[in-house]
Amino acid sequence: MSDIAERVKKIVIDHLGVDADKVVEGASFIDDLGADSLDTVELVMAFEEEFGVEIPDDAADSILTVGDAVKFIEKAQA
Amino acid sequence: MRRVVITGTGMVSPLGCGTEISWSRLIAGQNAARLVTEFEVEDLPAKIACRIPTDPSIEGAFNPDDWMEPKEQRKVDPFIVYGVAAADMALADAGWHPKTDDDQCATGVLIGSGIGGLEGIVEAGYTLRDKGPRRISPFFIPGRLINLVSGQVSIKHKLRGPNHAVVTACSTGAHAIGDAARLIALGDADVMVAGGAESPICRISLAGFAACKALSTQHNDNPQKASRPYDRDRDGFVMGEGAGIVVLEELEHAKARGAKIYAEVVGYGLSGDAFHITAPSEDGDGAFRCMTAALKRAGISASELDYINAHGTSTMADTIELGAVERLVGNAASKISMSSTKSAVGHLLGAAGAIEAIFSTLAIRDNIAPPTLNLDNPDVETGIDLVPHVARKREINVALSNSFGFGGTNASLVLRRYEG
Repeated sequence: MSDIAERVKKIVIDHLGVDADKVVEGASFIDDLGADSLDTVELVMAFEEEFGVEIPDDAADSILTVGDAVKFIEKAQA
Repeated sequence: MRRVVITGTGMVSPLGCGTEISWSRLIAGQNAARLVTEFEVEDLPAKIACRIPTDPSIEGAFNPDDWMEPKEQRKVDPFIVYGVAAADMALADAGWHPKTDDDQCATGVLIGSGIGGLEGIVEAGYTLRDKGPRRISPFFIPGRLINLVSGQVSIKHKLRGPNHAVVTACSTGAHAIGDAARLIALGDADVMVAGGAESPICRISLAGFAACKALSTQHNDNPQKASRPYDRDRDGFVMGEGAGIVVLEELEHAKARGAKIYAEVVGYGLSGDAFHITAPSEDGDGAFRCMTAALKRAGISASELDYINAHGTSTMADTIELGAVERLVGNAASKISMSSTKSAVGHLLGAAGAIEAIFSTLAIRDNIAPPTLNLDNPDVETGIDLVPHVARKREINVALSNSFGFGGTNASLVLRRYEG
């Protein structure tokens, strides 16, 4: 797993209070990890803070899974 | 109107987590005041407070993880955690866990707070200034709003009846219980979870209340001597924190399910001083009319009162309240015991009226008046027993609990032993 993926995973575990083995690439924040719409807003803020990237609202709306977040950040930092 | 009884109590207080441990320590004369060590107090005029014990080596310590998941705690100010914990305890004590649609819709929540999430607002202010609006958490608002104690409790326990909150400064807890009892009496609900929660102990709050000249500042080196209601050396209140919650229930509803009944809420009175933003009028008119209204509603004469849990904050206003009580009870003064439990737990602001109503309930249950600590030299002479230093075993069938708040807002509750 890439460094970015590891850091994303840690943020998700901390914010959603879920077990590490559930935080897989295809896991949906809302359907699989118990997040609500406010949790996802906070997650996006945490990603912005951690990686120093800006995630506009329309992009944030398309980040539904752990893998979506990793891909967005990798692209933004490329 | 329908009759309302108390069938459950829950409390997180500076004397411990739980009603019984707080009560036993209260009547044993324990004092919760100490120097604040959790944040910088060097530059504050008031450096002491009555804090909830959290050291796990202490019996009755409060562990927030027992009541709310850590990831949820992170989103809210502590007053919400205290309120949720005390409500859990009260509902468990009452044995009321509604499962059917009808029962859930007949059960409401009315929990208030005096100032709510002050510290979280301060922190968000720093974030806004230093990092900009995009860093303000989506949980900033729902984690600070006062009615979110009622909201969280209703969600956790599926209580779908009236959902309400009171904000009347230091009268909040008493108003919440009184208003909730009225909702039951009028038929809006059969059961109400009611009380107050507060987490005010932080730098901005100590600075603000000290600026109002409300806090004790002369006993920083001897915190346990600081809260001394009616004593000539009192110089302000000591801040407390926590929550007190009761389960109120329509009498026939409680009897039908065989619930334990602590006491009946027989009277509730309200008044406004219309005088000053922080000081009561010297003639104690607001307090007198409030108590009079509560007794009238109860259909009880002042001479039938056994115990009064005073507002008694350890400020100059103590003697004004005492004067109003003397005027109320007249020749019956010598049969009444009146104490201020703020001498032991400090002033819990919006939670004060609620924990004091619970203490009054237990005074009836156990026939014991909790003490007024540190009353070494009464400021004025009175025929009323102010229960100095040690609790007094005596018959208590009727108790009155007073709460008065900034803005000149007053509430009195009258509780009576339920004989069946």
